[in-house]
Amino acid sequence: MSEAPPLLAVADLSIEFRTRSGSVRALEKVAFDIGRGETVALVGESGSGKSVTAYALLGLLDPAARVTSGRIVFGGLDLLTAGERALEEMRGREVSLISQNPRGALNPIRPVGKQLADVLLRHANVRRAEVPQRAVEMLAKVGIPDPTRRAAAYPFELSGGMCQRVTIALALACSPALLIADEPTTGLDVTTQAVVMDLLAELAAASQMATILITHDLALAGEYADRIVVMHAGHVVESAPADELFARPRHPYTAKLIAATPKSGTQLADLAAIPGNLPDVRRADLPACRYSARCERHSKKCDAPLPLVTIGQSHMVACWQPL
Amino acid sequence: MTKPILEIRGLTRRFPVKPAGHRPWRRAKMSWLHAVDGVEFAIAPGETVGLVGESGCGKSTLVRLVTRLIDPSSGNIAFVGNEIGGIPARRFARTPQRASIQMVFQDAGESLNPRFTAARVIADPLLRLSRLRGSALAARVREAAGLAGLPDELLSRFPHQLSGGQKARVGIARAIAVEPQLMILDEPTAALDVSVQVVILQLLDGLKRRLGMSYLFVSHDLNVVRLLCDRVLVMYLGKIVESGPVGTVFGSPAHPYTKALVAAIPSLDQRGVKRLRLSGEPRSPIDPDPGTCRFFGRCPKGQKNCAAVMPELRPLAGGRSVACHYPEIVAAEATREAPTMNSNLLPFQIPHPAS
Repeated sequence: MSEAPPLLAVADLSIEFRTRSGSVRALEKVAFDIGRGETVALVGESGSGKSVTAYALLGLLDPAARVTSGRIVFGGLDLLTAGERALEEMRGREVSLISQNPRGALNPIRPVGKQLADVLLRHANVRRAEVPQRAVEMLAKVGIPDPTRRAAAYPFELSGGMCQRVTIALALACSPALLIADEPTTGLDVTTQAVVMDLLAELAAASQMATILITHDLALAGEYADRIVVMHAGHVVESAPADELFARPRHPYTAKLIAATPKSGTQLADLAAIPGNLPDVRRADLPACRYSARCERHSKKCDAPLPLVTIGQSHMVACWQPL
Repeated sequence: MTKPILEIRGLTRRFPVKPAGHRPWRRAKMSWLHAVDGVEFAIAPGETVGLVGESGCGKSTLVRLVTRLIDPSSGNIAFVGNEIGGIPARRFARTPQRASIQMVFQDAGESLNPRFTAARVIADPLLRLSRLRGSALAARVREAAGLAGLPDELLSRFPHQLSGGQKARVGIARAIAVEPQLMILDEPTAALDVSVQVVILQLLDGLKRRLGMSYLFVSHDLNVVRLLCDRVLVMYLGKIVESGPVGTVFGSPAHPYTKALVAAIPSLDQRGVKRLRLSGEPRSPIDPDPGTCRFFGRCPKGQKNCAAVMPELRPLAGGRSVACHYPEIVAAEATREAPTMNSNLLPFQIPHPAS
């Protein structure tokens, strides 16, 4: 893994939001890598900074956001210093996004086939005459039955699962090297979720596409991701191969998160809650470890700046006293 | 058997819809959307019954019928022996049973009046349904909030000043304030993070024991249903396709839909294993063919028979029922002489009225 340069390298990324009640330090020194064809899950509670990370990768941060440090290198290009022109060329073609709400991501007054054609015309090298045909092919590829008829349908005529397939088709239209899937299955039924996730995994494997899966569902991440990055209040607290993370979590927060997730064999009494809440990230005097107020293992040692301990080959944990 | 607290028979609700290609200047025959179609079940005192199914299967309509927010097209709802299905929903709000059936809504944030403090939210049903006023009311509000684990100092806050878990507690306190016997929980933890979800689930379980309530627990998260419920009802397009003890139904599902539902739960030990997936979309609930199984077309074992005869919910061993011509039965329940070709398929031959 260390020989070839990773497809995407995020290093030391810190992002602040300026608000009326002070600046919010949404991300602090976030770092992770993704190799070609790898699926990495970003997992954490709401407010942990998962989506901010995704939007930073695409250069789509809110105007109130300010990147205070760090680099995001994608295929040799530093996305934070690149011009808007370069970013426009990259978005959609090299990196694409599947957003949380499929219906909100689609234009409600344009047939889905036309929307696919727009993407192909803008980003792909396709002859204009072939575009409608390609759009139908894309719909067929994501498993939409009767794609010719469905290409003329408006988003409101399709079910939630169908809309999500259309957004997947949009995101994959130009065979991107990296796909960012931000909670791709919220609002879908479990049966549909399973089908959509299988489809994503299959398409990613077929075209050697790297995927960042953003989710709060640890079980979903465990089933589909190769590696899991656990976030807490804007920090990456642990990053490890999926099997290893579940078999031997090293950060106390990861362990608590796993213990709180209902599994097939567990009883209600076995589940343990995580005490406390996410810290208020507006405070200027945040402790070095943002989990320390909730942590049972907290001691004096934890006040020193957060370490990044590497265990074995690719297991990283940001804790002074890992489990 | 103890007398059930809630007994539902043949409950049906249809909604009129305009047929496809309707032209407003022509008088057309109305089509009917069968949201809930001949549902039967009972809830015993102190029991927690789960209701699962995908969106659009009629869970919410069923819940609104049981809470008597809407009127059924036909069928009976008996609450502690009294028939309440015939009382119009508007009048039901003024009957004594209104306080006995309470509901915790899906999105705790959306279901609280943003201009009410937590105390006012909890007092609201008491103001309508009880004669408590003044200090007695305040005491009852504090008691309900205490039971739901809401500290007194939060009672003067508005919803936007509360966290997700605290809002969920306010919703629960509001429901238990009027001392209901049956509580309907519509995905009470869907909007919460796992760490908070655990606390709320444990709170609900404890409250049930302390206050002796029965729960109807609606959720799409099967892992949560498994934790909290005694029995589970699996619903598909307006009909109950399987019911029974949670362990049996999820452990060895008999209906192919339940099987697909269980297979769809993401789980860590199933990585890379090819599992049963449903293809296609559900059938339309508008004017469904009464002779065709609702699951036909998506069902991996659909046979000719399934398009000719609607399977009825019939009892199997172990206290469960299934509505399928070809249910899957595990070895323990099945008779030994199962067919040799496919051991999963039992030779259940339904009398064929057509032939």
